Amino acid sequence: MSDRGLRQRAGAALWRRPWLRGVLTLSPPLLWFLVIYLASLVVMLVTAFFTVNSLTGNVVYQWTWSNFSQILTQSVYGSIILRTLLMAIAVTITDILLALPFAFFLAKVVSRRWRQLLLGLLLMPLWASYLAKVYAWINILSNKGVLPGIESKLGIAPTHIAYTNIAMWIVFSYLWLPFMIVPIYGAFERVPDSLLEASSDLGAGSWITFRWVLLPMVLPGIVAGSIFTFSLTLGDFITPLLIGGSNSDFIGNAIYDSALNGGNLPFAAALAFVSIAIMAIYLLLARFAGAFEAL
Amino acid sequence: MKLSRFTRAGLATFAACVVFFLIAPLLVILLFAFDASNVQTFPIHHWTTSWFSVAWHDPAVRSALWLSVKAGVLATAIALILGTMVAFGIHRYRFFGRDTVSLLLVLPIALPGIVTGLALQSAFNLVGIPFSIYTIVIGHATFCIVVVFNNVVARLRRTSTSLMEASADLGASPLQTFRLVTLPTISTAVIAGGLLAFALSFDEVIVTTFTAGAQNTLPLWIFGAIRLGQQLPEVNAVVVGVVLLTLIPIAFAARMSSGEGTGRSTRSSI
Repeated sequence: MSDRGLRQRAGAALWRRPWLRGVLTLSPPLLWFLVIYLASLVVMLVTAFFTVNSLTGNVVYQWTWSNFSQILTQSVYGSIILRTLLMAIAVTITDILLALPFAFFLAKVVSRRWRQLLLGLLLMPLWASYLAKVYAWINILSNKGVLPGIESKLGIAPTHIAYTNIAMWIVFSYLWLPFMIVPIYGAFERVPDSLLEASSDLGAGSWITFRWVLLPMVLPGIVAGSIFTFSLTLGDFITPLLIGGSNSDFIGNAIYDSALNGGNLPFAAALAFVSIAIMAIYLLLARFAGAFEAL
Repeated sequence: MKLSRFTRAGLATFAACVVFFLIAPLLVILLFAFDASNVQTFPIHHWTTSWFSVAWHDPAVRSALWLSVKAGVLATAIALILGTMVAFGIHRYRFFGRDTVSLLLVLPIALPGIVTGLALQSAFNLVGIPFSIYTIVIGHATFCIVVVFNNVVARLRRTSTSLMEASADLGASPLQTFRLVTLPTISTAVIAGGLLAFALSFDEVIVTTFTAGAQNTLPLWIFGAIRLGQQLPEVNAVVVGVVLLTLIPIAFAARMSSGEGTGRSTRSSI
């Protein structure tokens, strides 16, 4: 049989068996995710129940709850977890408050040309290097930086907020703001204008329309954005290290320290368990709000 | 929606402030890259372009840049192949657990990056795989797949399957249909996805910290330098270079998918 005939027969065989085509297209990516990603997650979660021999530094493969009891009983970890959670909540609320009016303005108020321009501008902070943005804020907030420099020119007493929790709050809010704007903008864009007209025809003022027509429809977008702000804050160790002062450790810093400096992978894994648990609760709540379609 | 002139003006002012907040820090980076002083203070008194040449000729920066580019290209290649395949699979076939697969794809970006990093490190440690460029690539590809997937699946949802059916009816083999009909319709989405994936990989720090060992990618070099407070003028120049190198592919990607509604590329990119 000629090569061409063989190819045609193979093609016809595939055409008649859609399940076979499905299996062939899906198995390589699924294998990657199962063998590499999920298997690694399982290894990490199991590692959380082991310990490290303090003399040799090797992992002792013996089932124990000691890492978790250490996290639960030592107050330092309690305050680290609390600090991370409070920051994640504060940053999420700040970004919602900034993104909601901005995205509304972008989607429903400005002309098409301005919208294109503003969306183009938004791409820059969304995609510009993470470290570049953090470094910019070091230069802005530090004692001889841009902000105190401008303030002293204007004759105002310079603010000294470098290396504080307030500085971290500003920088985190800055870093994740585009990640909040984009899904909320998408949600506003999907609301048909006719709906808003109907609302105003029926006598609703702009506030009533916003509160009772628009807001419920963009809620999935808000929740989707908050998943990112939450998860990104929960996993960060760089901003606390570079922007925060003393006593600014996050869960991420504790994981980083025990995995890379302390050589204690099991304890780091137990800490990662905590952040996965927090995210799992958050994602479950988000699922109820129907945010997954907006992701 | 009818808004009073007062509300409109208020919204416009608010939006202008948000844009300023978003853009001003990027301008600060650009400004300080031309600061002649060794210590960054504001206002800047003397200007120079010499830090760019210092950075370009620094062997540590060069080897870090080269590693970042290589890892980015390899991760993007894997993400392009696997991301396109899974997009076709999810779009074309209805099967049990389809929603679970979509959820699985988002997981590396929905869970904190540090979790992915630590999980991979634990697995490499258990199996005994030494750190190399490939351990970096494995981490990057895992979170880049979803970017390609999002772009391609969005395009597939907008193209009607009747085109492919017509091609088959006219006697084309499935391979011919794929090459002559399907591929041209999705090509720009695939390229846009690839550009976004490269940008994501090129800039990644958190997962890389756990999968690089003693190697330095460019972001890891920058992180180390800022942390130690050394070579800061050089960091300024490198950082401007990195921002430009990331934004160029992003601009191309945005243009390629611009016919499909604004914000599409960004929405799918996150």
